[in-house]
Amino acid sequence: MSITILKSGLLTTLQDGGRVGYAALGVGAAGPMDAPAFRLANALVGNGHDAVALELTFIGPRMTFDAEAVFAIAGADFDASIDGRPVPAWRSVRVRAGSELDCGRARRGARAYLAIAGGFAVDCTLGSAATDVNSRLGPSDGRPLRAGDRLKILLASKNDTSLQQQRTTPSWSLDPRPWFEADATHPIGLIRGTHFDALDERSRVALFNAEFRIGPDSNRVGFRLEGPSLTMTRPLELVSEAAAFGTLQLPPGGQPIALMVEHPISGGYPRIGQIAMIDLPRLAQRRPHEPLRFREIDIDEAQTGYLAHERELARLIDAVTQRLSG
Amino acid sequence: MRDRDVELEFVIEPLGETTLLLRFGNTIDATTNSRVHVAASTLQAARLPGMIDIVPAYSSLALVYSPVVWADGSGLPWRQFSAAVQAAFAAPPALVRRTEKRVDIPVCYDLACGIDLEEVARHCSLSVDALIARHVAGDYCVAMLGFAPGFPYLIGLDSTLRTPRRANPRQRVPPGSVAIGGLQTGIYPGQLPGGWQLIGRTPLQLFDPKREPPCLLAPGDRVRFHAIDVDEFAGLERLTLS
Repeated sequence: MSITILKSGLLTTLQDGGRVGYAALGVGAAGPMDAPAFRLANALVGNGHDAVALELTFIGPRMTFDAEAVFAIAGADFDASIDGRPVPAWRSVRVRAGSELDCGRARRGARAYLAIAGGFAVDCTLGSAATDVNSRLGPSDGRPLRAGDRLKILLASKNDTSLQQQRTTPSWSLDPRPWFEADATHPIGLIRGTHFDALDERSRVALFNAEFRIGPDSNRVGFRLEGPSLTMTRPLELVSEAAAFGTLQLPPGGQPIALMVEHPISGGYPRIGQIAMIDLPRLAQRRPHEPLRFREIDIDEAQTGYLAHERELARLIDAVTQRLSG
Repeated sequence: MRDRDVELEFVIEPLGETTLLLRFGNTIDATTNSRVHVAASTLQAARLPGMIDIVPAYSSLALVYSPVVWADGSGLPWRQFSAAVQAAFAAPPALVRRTEKRVDIPVCYDLACGIDLEEVARHCSLSVDALIARHVAGDYCVAMLGFAPGFPYLIGLDSTLRTPRRANPRQRVPPGSVAIGGLQTGIYPGQLPGGWQLIGRTPLQLFDPKREPPCLLAPGDRVRFHAIDVDEFAGLERLTLS
């Protein structure tokens, strides 16, 4: 059982939960840019939350199925179709052998996840199947999918109650609203970073009040933010130290960079902020040239919000899983 | 090394919701860096619940943890976890031994491998031979891995070899290139862009994700270089690639 890629799309990669535990060797996690959408796509087809799925970026791939399969798309709003008929997102969809799925383009948002019941069978590198394009790690040495690639789908065992084996496909869908936010005016929570105080007063005010735009050369490594040039009161001589997903760095040019999932493990630029984790999916869904404003929060508010968000997501995934198993 | 005698003073700051940063100083020096490695070993041995990753840098240590695991206490997870980290140092486990590996790395310092050798020698007012002799004489420590998977930042460079990075970084540095960047020396594990001055090449593979362990060097390891000629380089390279 497999799918064959006919057209690659703009940047289509295989992702699992990420390559954790190797940061001390300089190896980053990679994984999905929008983790909740990735987890929900897997939940909708009855997979474990870490199963390998496809990350689609702006323009999705076109593919054929050599056997009947069940899939779900979650995340950005793609105008996907099977043999010309529109396909709904945020729900499981059964596709017949020989059908062609065109994932289309993102009408709103930037990234979506295509999960397939059973999951994709991919070899792991350092314990993970996540594609790290920048470090060339993962399936096919980290290269994005291209036309002609054939991806095997894991077969459910005979006594499995999974969707793959069931005759019927659920007719309900999830409400994407709490999990997918295409409203670019929604502010992004930002915690003051280690070197925030070294910004001059004008820059400190600008960071939380000015409007920035997502730069065109933004990718899975980082988003360049265009806006007022930020300056330090004096140049800082910094020793390279840890950076994280969501760290807001300030290179000498004065335009901040928000580090994303393929960020380098360490960096020597001033860290002026740290983006709230619950807003990272929202940022990951923003497109080049779209606006961005920050709202100041502190670590206590950020961590409280994160825990509540994780609990809610876990509850929803449990509910989906229970509903699927009838 | 008498680990217990090392004074471990640090400040803790959260780096977002899932990481704590322990800072031991703000400089690149062997003493501060060795404290980082002692702290890393202590925390590895302490096996705190929810610890995901322990990431050493020059003068700081990042701890990636799961806040969910620390969420049922009386305070916020980052405070609870900080307290547990402090406690781990207050009562260090009985046996904290750093497994400090010594690695000898063959380097071909031929002009074909170290294309910046002459420029670096000129900058340091040394002959190429004297430059090589001083690089080989060094006793280095892997301060941290970063930049790219398996890239070791080594401290211990002879201060007379200090050379600034290139004004225009190269798009492609050959794998195994041994380089100088300021007062640091390092080795490019794969073909990468890079701005450091290239003084030689090793035929050893520094990073291979299919190997266990994937990296030739780990943070805290001691490193020495020895010079090999072009023929030895070619022979060892064949051996490594086969």
